[in-house]
Amino acid sequence: MAEKVSNKSVLLNPFSKNNPVIVQVLGICSVLAVTAKLEPSIVMGLSVIAVLAFSNVIISLLRNTIPTNIRIIVQLVVVAGLVVIVSQLLQAYAYDVSKQLSVFIGLIITNCILMGRLEAFAMANRPWPSFLDGIGNGIGYAIILVIVGFFRELLGSGTLLGYQVVPQACYDAGYVNNGLMILPPMALIVVACIIWVHRSRNKDLQED
Amino acid sequence: MNFLKKYLDRVRPNFEEGGKLHAFHSVYDGFATFLFTPSTTSGKRGAHIHDSIDSKRTMIIVVAALMPCFFFGMYNTGYQHQLALGIDSFPFWDMMLYGFLAVLPRVVVAYVVGLGIEFVVAQWRKEEIQEGFLVTGILIPMILPIETPLWMIAVATAFSVIFVKEVFGGTGYNVLNVALVTRAFLFFAYPAQMSGDKVFVPTGSVFGFGGEAADGYSCATPLGQIATQTSEQITLTGADGQAITSWDAFVGLIPGSFGETSMICILIGAAILLLSRIADWRVMLSVFVGGLFMGWIANSFATPTYPASYLSPIDQLLYGGFAFAAVFMATDPVTAARTRTGKYIYGLLIGVIAVIIRTYNNGYPEGAMLAVLLMNCFAPLIDWCVVQANINRRMRRTNVISKNA
Repeated sequence: MAEKVSNKSVLLNPFSKNNPVIVQVLGICSVLAVTAKLEPSIVMGLSVIAVLAFSNVIISLLRNTIPTNIRIIVQLVVVAGLVVIVSQLLQAYAYDVSKQLSVFIGLIITNCILMGRLEAFAMANRPWPSFLDGIGNGIGYAIILVIVGFFRELLGSGTLLGYQVVPQACYDAGYVNNGLMILPPMALIVVACIIWVHRSRNKDLQED
Repeated sequence: MNFLKKYLDRVRPNFEEGGKLHAFHSVYDGFATFLFTPSTTSGKRGAHIHDSIDSKRTMIIVVAALMPCFFFGMYNTGYQHQLALGIDSFPFWDMMLYGFLAVLPRVVVAYVVGLGIEFVVAQWRKEEIQEGFLVTGILIPMILPIETPLWMIAVATAFSVIFVKEVFGGTGYNVLNVALVTRAFLFFAYPAQMSGDKVFVPTGSVFGFGGEAADGYSCATPLGQIATQTSEQITLTGADGQAITSWDAFVGLIPGSFGETSMICILIGAAILLLSRIADWRVMLSVFVGGLFMGWIANSFATPTYPASYLSPIDQLLYGGFAFAAVFMATDPVTAARTRTGKYIYGLLIGVIAVIIRTYNNGYPEGAMLAVLLMNCFAPLIDWCVVQANINRRMRRTNVISKNA
């Protein structure tokens, strides 16, 4: 790395200014796929945080011994191992959620955020900053997932974490859940709204 | 009219910079230029086409062309209601009044929500108000079932005005047709209120006018009925249980969305649009040709799996929103293809895709909406290809000439 970055900014930058989803626009597929309900969004966020943090540390430890030609393979093997562990843990302790997330836990392997962080950060930094970077980016991703999941479950199903929050009186008065919110296109629109708000608050991120 | 003009001139200072009502200047501009052609014209610099017709006058002609369909929709709403009640002695004006009362709140909601957002955005961006919503606001109630709840219209209108129009830069910059996106939003968000057999025939009284139909009364649109049939011989029934003929569909006395049932009124509207040269005949013609062509293919390979394939090609055009979409939606100059060849391709594909969707997807009885929206997305690409082909052809020509020389 050209300039020395403080550990604090490594951890905190991805929350907002360098958010993997809304600024780098990575990992969009899983944001569309798993956020129809809040609970899977949270579980997915936590899984990505765990996998990202530990794969960053492992790759950072190995970074001087990995031959450059085959680094992608090595990174994939490490990530795949961690993903399998997470997937097995979910199946053991949170079977329903793991069924809802279905293939998308496995697809964390192909999540662009992971490869991006491993290539851009872990290959060039010491384990502790890499760990913080992984945690930071994972949380940045999880925040967006939770916001999108919150709005989609609230407007699409009238529930939050499975509990009904829209009072029955509203339904009796003619309110109907918005079926479009359950469909993936609406996740794109919600992400777009988050980007809209975020860019108008951070003028330095606005492109021409 | 003169006193209006004088009044507008008198109150103008209030709305200019420093005036006490400056915050509402875009509202004033909007109404003033709506009522009278503005006296200012574009400056001397650059090339401008001068024409007495500006975008506001264009919009008003489109609204005028929609009026036959609108009035017929009012009559048909009352007529269907009377059939649902089982009476056949409703006087003509009672039917008109019932239809008027039924549709009025929907028009008001669409205009208030849509124009409200437009006015706020115009004020915020310090721009003039564009009258694009004038047409959209009347189209929205016309392409919806008459029983659509008002709050749904409000939500859908707000969604499509903001996300389809304003974020792309306002009138003239939208990629998709705003009125159709409103309908698509409702179609996917609230399917129970937008399709099926409960929403197209008004069964309750409006403002105490009309009566209540029997409990559990239901009647689907012709296309909705076709999608659920299994025999080769299609039988369609109207709101009173009598059979529907192609002639009924041509006149328009069938259940359907508010403004799209009558082929006659749509043709009158098409004539107005074509005579005033607002709409392009190429698009209209090619949509109908595309629909006929695909209808003929579907009919030639009719199978019981897809009951709509038993419809004759002409019936494909008569039922549902096909003709309305061809005349008023596909020809929208903002979202259609701009090049001449592009217009033929664009229109043909709309016609073909509309019939493909309604025939081969029994879940979507009507495909015109989705076909127009899909082709809206492809219109810029079609234009690009046509222009590029033109460039390539000319390049080849110059190369040939230079080789000969």
